[in-house]
Amino acid sequence: MSVILEADNLVKHFRTGGGLFSKAGRVRAVDGVSLRIEVGETFAIVGESGCGKSTLARLLMRLLDPTAGEVSFDGQQVTRARGKALSTLRRDVQFIFQDPFSSLNPRLSVGRLVGEPLEVHAPEMGRSERREKVAELLRQVGLRPEYADRYPHEFSGGQRQRIGIARALATGPRLIIGDEPVSALDVSVQAQVVNLLADLGRDLGLTLILIAHDLAVIRHMSDRVAVMYLGRIVEQTTTDALFEAPRHPYTRALLDAVPDLDDRGGATRARIEGEMPSPAAPPPGCTFHTRCPHAQALCREKVPMLEAAADGHATACHFWREIEATPRVASRRIRSDAAHARLNLYRRATEGAEIIPVATNGRPSKSPDNREEDT
Amino acid sequence: MLSDLTWTNLALVQVSQKEIALLHKDANDVLMALGDFRLRFRGQDACVIDGVDLSVARGEVLCIVGESGCGKSVTAMALMGLLPSGSAEISSGTLRFDGETVDLTRDRLSSERRGGAMAMIFQEPMTSLNPAFRIGDQIAESVLQHRGGSKEQARDRTLEMLRRVGLPSPEARLRQFPHQLSGGQRQRVMIAMALANDPKLLIADEPTTALDVTIQAQILELIRDLQRERGTGTILITHDLGVVAEIADTVAVMYGGQMVERGPVAQIFDDPQHPYTIGLMESVPRLSGERARLTTIEGSVPSIDKMPEGCRFRTRCAFAVAACAERPALRDVTPGHAAACHFVPLEQHLRVAV
Repeated sequence: MSVILEADNLVKHFRTGGGLFSKAGRVRAVDGVSLRIEVGETFAIVGESGCGKSTLARLLMRLLDPTAGEVSFDGQQVTRARGKALSTLRRDVQFIFQDPFSSLNPRLSVGRLVGEPLEVHAPEMGRSERREKVAELLRQVGLRPEYADRYPHEFSGGQRQRIGIARALATGPRLIIGDEPVSALDVSVQAQVVNLLADLGRDLGLTLILIAHDLAVIRHMSDRVAVMYLGRIVEQTTTDALFEAPRHPYTRALLDAVPDLDDRGGATRARIEGEMPSPAAPPPGCTFHTRCPHAQALCREKVPMLEAAADGHATACHFWREIEATPRVASRRIRSDAAHARLNLYRRATEGAEIIPVATNGRPSKSPDNREEDT
Repeated sequence: MLSDLTWTNLALVQVSQKEIALLHKDANDVLMALGDFRLRFRGQDACVIDGVDLSVARGEVLCIVGESGCGKSVTAMALMGLLPSGSAEISSGTLRFDGETVDLTRDRLSSERRGGAMAMIFQEPMTSLNPAFRIGDQIAESVLQHRGGSKEQARDRTLEMLRRVGLPSPEARLRQFPHQLSGGQRQRVMIAMALANDPKLLIADEPTTALDVTIQAQILELIRDLQRERGTGTILITHDLGVVAEIADTVAVMYGGQMVERGPVAQIFDDPQHPYTIGLMESVPRLSGERARLTTIEGSVPSIDKMPEGCRFRTRCAFAVAACAERPALRDVTPGHAAACHFVPLEQHLRVAV
């Protein structure tokens, strides 16, 4: 596999405050992150708010300049790109924003919004040609081409997110970075957009970097995952390995904290106490030691490096080998045959199968007696 | 229509219970019951809430689930009497709460009960706390209002509550302002404020939506502990099915202002009946099992002026037929587990054409 995007020891510090009487502070938003994204994969970055995942995304596509470190896209320097090189980068790397309500200009029609990147990156394109291309893009994201004349306020959240995706696709990018692309959407609409992104990734051979906090969405969409805590990656591996055998205590705590609707409950789960410290004053040593149930003296002094084991699973913890694996115990739901038949019927119906009434054999179809089998 | 009414009345008595043994709820045990509630906002033709019945017993956690626009938050606001009377028009609805009956079309919950016997935790802790007042004063205000007593007593009660919700260094917090706290800490303050007067009914509207998962786990545990300790009846409004599975005793699923399914939590998840409930459950990505393509619900929730007649889910339902233009009643599938669909149970009435 060839590498499409590479980040080397990226650091981004923000200055805060610093007036006449107060000392300037420094927020270590991203504090030494290295990544290699391969062509065609979906790479997810997960973490809680304040862990630096959005800053990292903005550094990767150079919406922000790093304090230190390098990013290269397709072998080309990103960090110092100017002029034509930067313009090419903008064409090849696109961004999908979290909030479909504030990320679209309310004064531009959908046609203009989706066509705008074409005006910039394909100025040779004629008007009618551009209109055609916009119609094709709208169709691609599951919207009707007639919508090109409407304005963003006429659309629901899910449709707006589709417009945002069409806009990102307009330049024919090779890499798309999505910053929480589905977290503002309702469950049923979220599923539609998740499926759309998966289809586009497959059909167009896109590489996708997905920033999210929802672990189930990440498990569903990604091939590899990096877990961030206070500006650093603490664990990085394939999605299956991460969810089946997490190694870093923070990853385990994250996974344990997610309520699971397939779990009948009753299982006790480990909880971590406290909150993430401020990135303006990160604790010394391993930054997770303040909340880690396994912290020892060494953790308070020495920063653990992100080191890959023989299987490629990288963990930044001094003691991950010693910490006993405590897989989450879940009592699985047991569904009756009737419930399975019903769920299957629903699945078939949504896939477009024709549904017809069952012959009632003389029994009244809604009498209470023929519902006993359900319990 | 007549049968409709009988069913809803029946359902009021028959609301589901934690255990089958408690199936027929003692009338004394019902803490709050809302009957045939209909609400419309001024300037709109269709009802935002279209005939909803709810009831909560002492010590019960009822989760109201649904997507944005299903009317779950509006219902909670109406229960608390927090809707501005000029814009919301309540055409029918009776609230029975703690021995008092309120005709919501004319009246609202008395202000001594609001924040006292019935308390609410709001979704956004940043905007629900007044940024200009110290948190100690904000909690004490509600204590003074409902319990009376001296300022010292109110302060002691405030301190006790802050300690109870696990806020670190509570003495120092009393004098802090909301902006000095993190999101999770602010939500703890909201909980302390809501529980300061020992409410009988606690309404929590998306209490953890704005929080990170590790903090969400802490807050949910706190709500559950406090609720068990005091036997508070709780209505928890959420869109997160994982949270529901974890905390609920009973579940009410809402769509477009109508209740489509209701029952004990185990039955809702193990044996979902309404096509919308099934669709919701199937469209959620999972933490375990196969990573197959997600099943979806077509389209999105129509705006209130485009709501269809009859079953409001029919524009998105994979099973919808002409008969769905008539509103299906919420009928029991098994005792205590009711669904509002003409074709329930689906597998007995419908099949795939060969």
